[in-house]
Amino acid sequence: MNEQINVDDLIKQLADRTMHFLKNKNIDHPLVVGIHTGGVWVAKKIHHALQLDSPLGQLDISFYRDDFTKIGINPQVKPSHLPFEIDNQHILLVDDVLSTGRTIRAALNELFDYGRPASITLVVLIERDGRELPIQADLAGKHISLAPGQHIKLQGPDSLSLMLS
Amino acid sequence: MIIDVLDTAESFAGVTRRTVKKVPLLRGRTVVNLFFEASTRTRTTFELAAKRLSADVLNIQMAASATTKGETLLDTLANFEAMQCDMFIVRHDRSGTAHFIARHVAPHISVINAGDGSHAHPTQAMLDMFTIRRIKGDFYPLSVAIVGDIAHSRVARSQIHALTTLGVNEVRVIGPKTLMPKDINALGVHVYHNLEAGLRDVDVVIMLRLQRERMDSELLPGELEYYQQYGLTEEKLKAAKADAMIMHPGPINRGVEIESAVADGPRSVILQQVTHGIAIRMAVMSMTMGSGLDLGTET
Repeated sequence: MNEQINVDDLIKQLADRTMHFLKNKNIDHPLVVGIHTGGVWVAKKIHHALQLDSPLGQLDISFYRDDFTKIGINPQVKPSHLPFEIDNQHILLVDDVLSTGRTIRAALNELFDYGRPASITLVVLIERDGRELPIQADLAGKHISLAPGQHIKLQGPDSLSLMLS
Repeated sequence: MIIDVLDTAESFAGVTRRTVKKVPLLRGRTVVNLFFEASTRTRTTFELAAKRLSADVLNIQMAASATTKGETLLDTLANFEAMQCDMFIVRHDRSGTAHFIARHVAPHISVINAGDGSHAHPTQAMLDMFTIRRIKGDFYPLSVAIVGDIAHSRVARSQIHALTTLGVNEVRVIGPKTLMPKDINALGVHVYHNLEAGLRDVDVVIMLRLQRERMDSELLPGELEYYQQYGLTEEKLKAAKADAMIMHPGPINRGVEIESAVADGPRSVILQQVTHGIAIRMAVMSMTMGSGLDLGTET
């Protein structure tokens, strides 16, 4: 991956495709939920582009991680904040990078502790390889393949950029 | 470290407002509440905290248990270890018991001090700090007065430790000479023997319970006289700042250390303290169990 990715353009395209997706599905009032930390930055921009009246939701999945016994709790854990009822609502779940799928598994479990949504659509900025669970994005800004041991990370929050390491 | 606990507790406080008040963090783990001394609030909030973390909980009232049949404490603990328990929450009337147990159990077992003798009650102090921070914000500008039986109070010791660590402007202790510990001046606090003088312009008033069960001799002339001198009334509270918050770790003795009008008044946060105890204990349990982290033996 040598070319420089313009994150703002990528999110704009992703938001356009999300709009079409929602239209095809006849979903008028989705609730946008971002996953801490990078997912919230992307979710904010998509939420803005969709011009929604509902507030933005934020999930911190630290309490639902499956590697808790190995790494312990992250002291930087932020409160999850879903300022709406999710029962029978259509959720747009937004994250920056989809990799193993374990974060999304945790996020789905946490969402269901708040209620029973009508549907959940997974929107990610980057869908990379390395899946360890049967979880795929409904909408992805870009698909990339990385060498083993390589990581891609979204940096922000002021000006968003992708960091490869 | 205290700030990390308070921040983590803030996240857990959000969990208790949801439809499903549980997270799966400690699923499959077993927590043993080992209480050698009576307790209502501490035991039940530890139990609720463990359950909201999805752990299984055993409540053991040790006075009525095997130790009365001659089994030693360490033998009893070895049995709980053999039952694959993961965490002991220990309350004992002898100082240092939790520390003693922590040194003798298998290394993968976490031990949390839920109050030991007149020594320390760390999670109570942390939930008090959590309550202060939620209402007052920053610790630096605050003057905090702790009133009553300082000598016998493990809560006061842990609070003083936490408040000075967090860098509050001033910690005052107020009480009769007979209820002040001998080493009080080494704790970095200001000592007052007159309630109104001590309350002058404070932001936080923490009342302590008169602990008759821990007094080995008659240190007090009588409850009535104590109330007249050190009981917190609306009248005496006028010396404190108008927005001063009133705290008490419970159980409260109405008419002994605090007037009902104050305990039930708008500035009292006594019941909020109880609620916050759950989030703090969830934070402490998950932080110790998750990483084998040593949070220290004090606060």
